Amino acid sequence: MDVFVDAVRQAFGLLVSGDPYLWQIIGRSLQVSGLAVFFGLLAGIPLGTWLGLARFPGRGAAVALVNTGLALPPVVVGLFVYLLLSRQGPLGGLNWLYTPSAMIAAQFVLAAPYVAAITLAAVQSVPPELRLQARALGASRWQALMLHLREARLSLMAAVAAGFGAVISEVGAVIMVGGNVHGETRVITTAIVLETRRGRFATAMALGLILLVIAFAANAFITRVQQAQPRRRRPLTS
Amino acid sequence: MFEELMPAFQSAYPQYRVRVIAVGSGEALRLAARGDADVVLSHSPRAEVEFMSSGRGEYRRRVMFNDFVVVGPENHTARSCGGADVIVVMTCIAELGVLFISRGDDSGTHARERDLWQASDVLPGGDWYLEAGQRMGAVLMMASEKDAYTLSDRGTYLSLSDRLQLRVASEGDPRLRNQYSVIVVRDASNADGARAFADWVVSITAQEIIGGFGVERLGRRLFSPNAEAPGK
Repeated sequence: MDVFVDAVRQAFGLLVSGDPYLWQIIGRSLQVSGLAVFFGLLAGIPLGTWLGLARFPGRGAAVALVNTGLALPPVVVGLFVYLLLSRQGPLGGLNWLYTPSAMIAAQFVLAAPYVAAITLAAVQSVPPELRLQARALGASRWQALMLHLREARLSLMAAVAAGFGAVISEVGAVIMVGGNVHGETRVITTAIVLETRRGRFATAMALGLILLVIAFAANAFITRVQQAQPRRRRPLTS
Repeated sequence: MFEELMPAFQSAYPQYRVRVIAVGSGEALRLAARGDADVVLSHSPRAEVEFMSSGRGEYRRRVMFNDFVVVGPENHTARSCGGADVIVVMTCIAELGVLFISRGDDSGTHARERDLWQASDVLPGGDWYLEAGQRMGAVLMMASEKDAYTLSDRGTYLSLSDRLQLRVASEGDPRLRNQYSVIVVRDASNADGARAFADWVVSITAQEIIGGFGVERLGRRLFSPNAEAPGK
C-alpha cells in the first residue's frame, strides 16, 4: 500500500512543480487527440447527418457499419495505419510514421465513427416535422438543415466529448504508429506504460491522474447534456 | 528460449509451478526487489551487482552469454558508420549526427548503450538521438523504417532480420558481450522452487538446451552456455 500512497503523493508534487517532461507529454496528448477529434467532426458530422436524414437502399448496412466503428479495437486501427504509412506501404511517401501526424490519423479513424454515430442519433431524435414546418414557413433547404442541426447541437457537443474521451485514453494505436519517442510522439498513455515499466511510479501516477481528470470532465459533460435533453425546447406546433 | 527451457524444467521438477514474466532486466530486478518474483534471469551486470550488494539476492550464477550488435541502414552512403571497434562506430554516429534510436527504457540493452556512449565520450542528445521507450523488436522496426542505427541483442536482430532493412555495423568487440545470470531472490516466497530453477539452469541438461537453441531455425546458436562447472 505504501508504494501506492507514495506514488500518489509524489505525483501531486510533480504536477504542482510544473515538471517539464510531464507537461510536454500532456500538451502533446491534448494536441494529438484534439486535432483527431476536430478532423473527426469535419468528417463525422456530414456523414452522420446524411445517414440520419437520407433514405436510400443499403442505409441500414451503412448505419450498422458506423455503429461498428464505435467498437473498433485501437490496436487493429494501429496495425492498418502502420501498414499504410510504413515505407513499403501505399502512403509511405508521406514519411508520417513515428510522427504526431500518424497518431492524429490513427485517432481520427477511431474518433470519426463516434462523431458520426452520435450525430446520426441526434439528428434522428429531432422530429422531422420541424424541418417540414420550417420549409413551409419559407426557409431554404439549407436553412432548414441548419435549424435541424441547431436542435441537435447539445448532442453534437456530447459527440465531441465522447470521441475525445475515447481517443485520449487509447494506447494501442498511438504506440504502434507513434513509437513513443521522447519529446515527439510520447503521449500520456504511452508514457504511463513506459514509466511503470521503468519503476517511476510517481511520474506514471501523475499522468494517470491527469488522464482521469480529462476522462471525468468529458463524461461529466456528456452526463450534463443527457440530463438537459428532456427539457429541450419542443418543436413548433401548429 | 523459455519455450524450450520451461517444459524441460517442469518435467524434471513437476512439483514447482513456473510463471515466466518476460520484461527488461531493469524491470525484472525491480519486480524482484518488490518481492514480485522469486528468481531472475537478467543481463544487466551492473544492476545485478547492485542488487546483490544491497542484500536482496541470495546468490547469483553465470548462465550464458550472447552479444550485442550495432545495426544500421542497409545502404552504404558517405554517412555510414561501421567497423569492429564499437567505440569508433559510436563516435562516428555521434559526429556525423546520423539517426540513432535508443531503447530509452532502462532495460539491460539501454544500460549497455549508455555505457558505450560513456566509453566513447559522447553525451547523446539532439536531433539525431531518439529515445523510443519501447521493446527491442519495436525499436528495430523503427530503425529500419527511419534508416537509423541502434544497439540490439543479436537474438532479436536475427529473428527479425529478414523483415529489416538493416545490416550489422559493428560486432565482436569485447564491449558488446552480453552476459546473462540467474539470481535467487532472498526471502523468495517460493525459495525452494527458486533455488531448484537456478541450480537446474546451470546444469548440463539445461546448458545443452541453451547451446542448441536457435540452431535448427536460424542455423546458428543464439546463446553460448557458460555456467561455471556445470553440475548434475
